[in-house]
Amino acid sequence: MKKQKLVLVGNGMAGVRTIEELLKLAPDLYDITVFGAEPHGNYNRILLSPVLAGEMSLPEIMLNDLDWYRDNDITLHAGSKVVKIDRVTRKVIAEDGTEADYDRLLLATGSTPFIPPIPGNDLPGVLGYRDIADTEAMIEAAGKYRHAVVIGAGLLGLEAANGLMLRGMDVTVVHIGEWIMERQLDQAAADMLQASLEAKGMKFLLARHTEALLPARNEDGDMTARVGAVRFKDGMEIPADLVVVAAGIRPNFALAESAGLYCGSGRVRGIHVSDTLQTVTDPRIYAVGECVAHRGIAYGLVAPLFEQGKVCANHLANFGIGRYEGSVTSTKLKVTGIDVFSAGDFSGGADTEEIVLHDRQGGVYKRIVLRNDRIVGSVLYGDTADGAWYFQLMKDAQDIHEIRDHLMFGQNNLGDVGHKGENRAASMPDSAEVCGCNGVCKGTIVKAIKEKGLFTLDEVKKHTKAASSCGSCTGLVEQILASTVGGAYQSVSATDKPVCGCTEHSHKVVREAIVQHHLTSKEAVFERLNWRTPNGCDKCRPAINYYLISSWPHEAQDDPQSRFINERAHANIQKDGTYSVVPRMWGGLTTPAELRAIADAAEKYKVPTVKVTGGQRIDLLGIKKADLPAIWADLNAAGMVSGHAYGKSIRTVKTCVGAEHCRFGTQLAMDMGVKLERMLFDMYAPHKVKLAVSGCPRNCAEAGIKDVGVIGVDSGYELYVGGNGGIKTEVAQFLCKVGSDEEVMEYAGAFLQLYREEGWYLERTVHWLERVGLDYVKRTVVEDADSRQALHARLLFALKDAKDPWQTSREAQAVKQFIPLTVEA
Amino acid sequence: MSNWKPICPLEDIPPLGARVVQRTTGGDIALFRNADDEVFALHDKCPHKGGPLSQGIVHGRKVTCPLHGWNLSLEDGQAVAPDVGHCGRFEVKVEDGQVWLAV
Repeated sequence: MKKQKLVLVGNGMAGVRTIEELLKLAPDLYDITVFGAEPHGNYNRILLSPVLAGEMSLPEIMLNDLDWYRDNDITLHAGSKVVKIDRVTRKVIAEDGTEADYDRLLLATGSTPFIPPIPGNDLPGVLGYRDIADTEAMIEAAGKYRHAVVIGAGLLGLEAANGLMLRGMDVTVVHIGEWIMERQLDQAAADMLQASLEAKGMKFLLARHTEALLPARNEDGDMTARVGAVRFKDGMEIPADLVVVAAGIRPNFALAESAGLYCGSGRVRGIHVSDTLQTVTDPRIYAVGECVAHRGIAYGLVAPLFEQGKVCANHLANFGIGRYEGSVTSTKLKVTGIDVFSAGDFSGGADTEEIVLHDRQGGVYKRIVLRNDRIVGSVLYGDTADGAWYFQLMKDAQDIHEIRDHLMFGQNNLGDVGHKGENRAASMPDSAEVCGCNGVCKGTIVKAIKEKGLFTLDEVKKHTKAASSCGSCTGLVEQILASTVGGAYQSVSATDKPVCGCTEHSHKVVREAIVQHHLTSKEAVFERLNWRTPNGCDKCRPAINYYLISSWPHEAQDDPQSRFINERAHANIQKDGTYSVVPRMWGGLTTPAELRAIADAAEKYKVPTVKVTGGQRIDLLGIKKADLPAIWADLNAAGMVSGHAYGKSIRTVKTCVGAEHCRFGTQLAMDMGVKLERMLFDMYAPHKVKLAVSGCPRNCAEAGIKDVGVIGVDSGYELYVGGNGGIKTEVAQFLCKVGSDEEVMEYAGAFLQLYREEGWYLERTVHWLERVGLDYVKRTVVEDADSRQALHARLLFALKDAKDPWQTSREAQAVKQFIPLTVEA
Repeated sequence: MSNWKPICPLEDIPPLGARVVQRTTGGDIALFRNADDEVFALHDKCPHKGGPLSQGIVHGRKVTCPLHGWNLSLEDGQAVAPDVGHCGRFEVKVEDGQVWLAV
């Protein structure tokens, strides 16, 4: 089949990203030709600031070098500016006469800096700050001249000023507005930012209108051919050997307009496109990037452009699905050592309210703007640790009224260990360890982001391993990423995030499909949802297996090969390939006979380590896989069963001594604990589940940090849910008070069943609760008695006839997985 | 000249699973069987920190190491990018339902 012709006009980040996405979807559909006015391959324009500051070199910021075009059979005309589009014969013509025919045309002509129409704006030494040529000219000027004036105190202007200052120039930033970065910051944050920039040596002249740029004069007083001074409307003049104009950008739509494409006539002018990124005038012509006006908005940050590119590629590949509906953006100032974050609309207004934390001495300012209990804007200075979280809440339009009182103080499910409690990414030195699990320091992360051109958290995780184990440092890593690329780039909200690389479907969609269409095997799921791989991967198979067996108990068959090794072998794998065996001790109680059986097994199988666990039982560590069936048989013979210490399942129900013995006890904690543990035996869940029962409010069983915590009081029990004692210590929230043991079982059972049915795989109860809200859980489990009883009944049904997996593994299943093969010598 | 040794019937390897072939010298070998009944053999030692690949989840023509999640190609023993590393692989064939290993 003859290939269609695709021509891309504009060799920048938006256009080339669209091509990259297109090549992933339909690599052989088009013969691709690219025209770029600049004589380079595609480079990371965002990193021009670090180049100016001397922190990076030009070769390091290339995203697609010339080899890439060759390797992908793309014809590149670099340094060739397209000046005419002939829509009748369907071809483009460049300044140097080069022509190219097209079946589809993609315009990505970017934007041009706005240069105020004042005298002297064309003098040598007056530059925009847009491309490599500008950056090189600025670096050259910094080596020769003294005074620099930057017109415009927005993101770009401040980054330019910072870079020139680091190169030794005397820099003054001039701004029309009352305070700096007024599009991103309110005055309070701007004042703090200005103070720290002034402390670095930057000078500011605010509320100043520039009247003219004057040529320099030589010793004789004659005009030279280079700029020399800036004059303001109030008559003041300051010396300026270099003037950088960073007063805003405008979409570059001249070419498109000359070809008859509609570019708007109102306030926002740009190549008008629809939600499929086709121009509204000619469906064969697409446009992406800064040159575009979509639903009245022209974007100047990278994240929306990448989102546009993805949708556009989808349509160029003839898939016909996907709409670009606009982007919510956040920005981060890329000045080393300064933390500023801004997202959404923080201007406030009649129907908004705000929460503000302002610590002038401590250098922290945080402002969250709310409307209808939803975050609509946020400005953070000095402590931007929660920026990504606010941004996500904003994008998801999540109702925050339940967490309103600790919104300012941080996210629930990020860790507070493994990085020395640090939460200010910008002020951390490069040598600081960010990821405690994998030993990754800040410098390594920054280097990888810059050198490999990374834009997303997932990419950083893959390339550096930071944030890829326990996830405690995710917030820090996100800050570092945002600081380096200028803003948060999250392509999808948490609800819609695909399960893994095998699919575009989210956990929500997969769960719903399994229930709605009564799917009972992974093959049925792969088929129904058009899985991209024949048998999934290490991420989706365990999730799907869990969803199947929890949605259709006693119907869907468990697939051991889709379980992680611990659950497949019913033992915890250790670093040397041996396993640990933890027999269950109901409610933390044991007997002399059980202890003897454990001691005998430890000696018989020469177990190297015998340890008491936090879960109130005993762990035998260092056992060879081949010995597991035998040791289980010995423990079974003593009446002991699996402790499920290895599963995304019920773990333990810890207890305190309780009213059985303790002089303070108000309830029989051990008895209640054993009842709960027996009810929940062999329960699998989205993640591990830990309970505890304390006999009185002294809470010696630490029930306050459990998934379900039961605390005895004189008149009954208090139930708490969603605690977590691990990665991020989280106190459980009060659910309700009940009077009897039976009610404890019913309420706890109903809560856990709701979690089992609606949680996403690998969400602890704390994460699930944060997502759905405690109010929802209260309505479903506490207030609605029918719903609670039905949930409890479903749990009991699912766990009906639950057998000890140690026993069934030995007897019913083939024991082959435990027996090694041998080969004759 | 390969030293083909008989190991086990194909049925003894679970589909999308593995068995371990113990050796007295040279380290254990992991024998994999994927969903299409293709059989592969790798050193049972992940290039990352020596984890037993035989215990990992098998998918497509890859296995995920159970210790820290590295993905290895069953075809050539190479780690999947951006991880870098490889483990030894062995020739293996299935004849008349019997698995043979070249060791």
